Amino acid sequence: MAQIFHRSTNTIARVSIYGAALIAFSAVYLLYIFAGSPYVTEVNMAKVQPVPFSHRHHAGELGIDCRYCHTSVEESSDAGIPPTQTCMTCHSQIWTGSPMLEPVRASYRDDQSIPWVRVNQVPDYVYFNHSIHINKGIGCTTCHGPVGDMPLTWQANSLQMGWCLDCHRAPQNFVRPRNQVFSVTYQTPSDQAELGPKLVKQYKIQSLTNCTTCHR
Amino acid sequence: MAAAPNPPVIEPGHTYASVTDKISSIVLTRKTPRGWYVGFGISFLLFMMFNYAVTYLLVKGVGIWGINIPVAWGFAIINFVWWIGIGHAGTLISAILLLLKQSWRTSINRFAEAMTLFAVACAGVFPLLHMGRPWLFYWLIPYPNTMFLWPQFRSPLVWDVFAVSTYATVSLLFWFVGLIPDLATMRDRARSRFVKVIYGFLAMGWRGSAVHWSRFEMASLLLAGLATPLVVSVHTVVSFDFAIALVPGWHTTIFPPYFVAGAIYSGFAMVLTLAIPMRKFYQLQDVITMRHLDNMAKVMLATGMVVAYGYIIEAFMSFYSGNTFEKFMTLNRWKGPYAFFYWCLIACNIAIPQMLWSKKVRSNVALLFVLALVINVGMWLERFVIVVTSLHRDFMPSAWGLYIPTRWDWAVYVGTIGFFLMLFFLFIRVLPAISIFELRTLVESEEAKPAS
Repeated sequence: MAQIFHRSTNTIARVSIYGAALIAFSAVYLLYIFAGSPYVTEVNMAKVQPVPFSHRHHAGELGIDCRYCHTSVEESSDAGIPPTQTCMTCHSQIWTGSPMLEPVRASYRDDQSIPWVRVNQVPDYVYFNHSIHINKGIGCTTCHGPVGDMPLTWQANSLQMGWCLDCHRAPQNFVRPRNQVFSVTYQTPSDQAELGPKLVKQYKIQSLTNCTTCHR
Repeated sequence: MAAAPNPPVIEPGHTYASVTDKISSIVLTRKTPRGWYVGFGISFLLFMMFNYAVTYLLVKGVGIWGINIPVAWGFAIINFVWWIGIGHAGTLISAILLLLKQSWRTSINRFAEAMTLFAVACAGVFPLLHMGRPWLFYWLIPYPNTMFLWPQFRSPLVWDVFAVSTYATVSLLFWFVGLIPDLATMRDRARSRFVKVIYGFLAMGWRGSAVHWSRFEMASLLLAGLATPLVVSVHTVVSFDFAIALVPGWHTTIFPPYFVAGAIYSGFAMVLTLAIPMRKFYQLQDVITMRHLDNMAKVMLATGMVVAYGYIIEAFMSFYSGNTFEKFMTLNRWKGPYAFFYWCLIACNIAIPQMLWSKKVRSNVALLFVLALVINVGMWLERFVIVVTSLHRDFMPSAWGLYIPTRWDWAVYVGTIGFFLMLFFLFIRVLPAISIFELRTLVESEEAKPAS
């Protein structure tokens, strides 16, 4: 009786056993890498804005406090996007003729908001509150990255749940003294291992990892 | 006392060649009977209805079903438990009876295992659909994720995922490994090149050498060893879905054994439901003999008695416990809005099957078929009663409600029956429905002859 298959099929059959396992594992691994990649999370991708506002210039070089513009960050869930009037407190006096700032003046004249492009956003099913984080000693730059060095603003962290839990499971690694919360140049001190637990105790920080802490 | 001789497990007169001819010809040479086309056509139409109902469900959401608070577990869970239970007979026949060296299993194990696979496939559909967003089903699996989160391992619903997926994998492997020697037979007997290649591919180079056989025997035994605990564990875990909860009527320790017995009970009923028409239409009375039907009827009778014991203890405990809610739950089962279904269940699962004590009934094929259908219905009603009567009136009268399934509930349920039968028709058509090589071992054995 003639053979149905060529003898090379034996080798192919053996290889395919390992091949299938390899393909299955690499597919899962690649998907995992993809899900955390900047292509999905948009981390480190500066957003084009209607006005090329530079946090490096305003917050870093000039040293304007975060709260000068983001006024509600200490009391509200939202940090707040400043209205054009906030810009005009200075820019009605300085750089009044700059063509770069024309959209700001136009917005002021026409009473139309500047359509800023949102950079950091959590999904609707996450109840994030800025004020509690600020008041418990979590600095702006802990989540938003080195804002004082950003010519255009980009998202510094993935904002994925795993990243949230890094801190919620171990807040002592990230907490800083309350008077340093708005510093854009703060560096984690070398004695964080001692300072962290002390501040956690002092500020009565709970490690909240219940589902309902964020998903209500 | 001289007992009447048992019928043989294979009728006398068969030789190695005649067995192989008989079984392989069903697939390869005999003309497909017209009944096959009719049966396949009807089940295919039901399968299409299933697809339609599921598509509409995915578009609209689970609101098209009758589920709501307080009865959030409706048909989906009832049908899931029913189908999973049906699968258990296949595993029992193929694994436990193999280890116990019961030779009568050989002519029924192949299609009973196929039945297991198809039943598990039908069962798996329901929890997925019940999730509401089935495309996120992989959240149930512990995989590396961006949420840094595992599933809730304390939840029996997660245990279910492991139990059922293990069950499906082991059943598939066991079934496929058992098929390999027969696939090689089919390959060698096929006439067209295409068919040869397909069976040859599936036979994975089987040549029937002594080494092959020795490894095959070892693999079968190991898989049987793996599958044996699954007969008990899978439905135990399914029963935990209920028993771990605090709902009256669910929170009882009798659930695991009583669920396992119920599973085997319904499974054997389904094997009989499939075997009786199959042996008639394909003239297989000489290999699926009265001995098989008789043995299966006895297994049904035994497991049915265990199930009856479960019902009695359930009712007894609810009064003996002195717990108001348990007591009310039982009275509500007996006299509440779903009392009709409870008493139907008692009739179908306990009262009517008592006929199986009689040898006359067990040797009446038509009556046996009807009884198997009755038990299938009864076991479905059992799950309906467990799920619905406990949920619809639990602790707070202000939270009570009624559950009325909608036509979409029925469409999905009847659709899976169509899906199941369609797969079974395809299986009979393209694979040897009875294990050829195992039947050949019976030809010369003592057990082929009537026992004295």
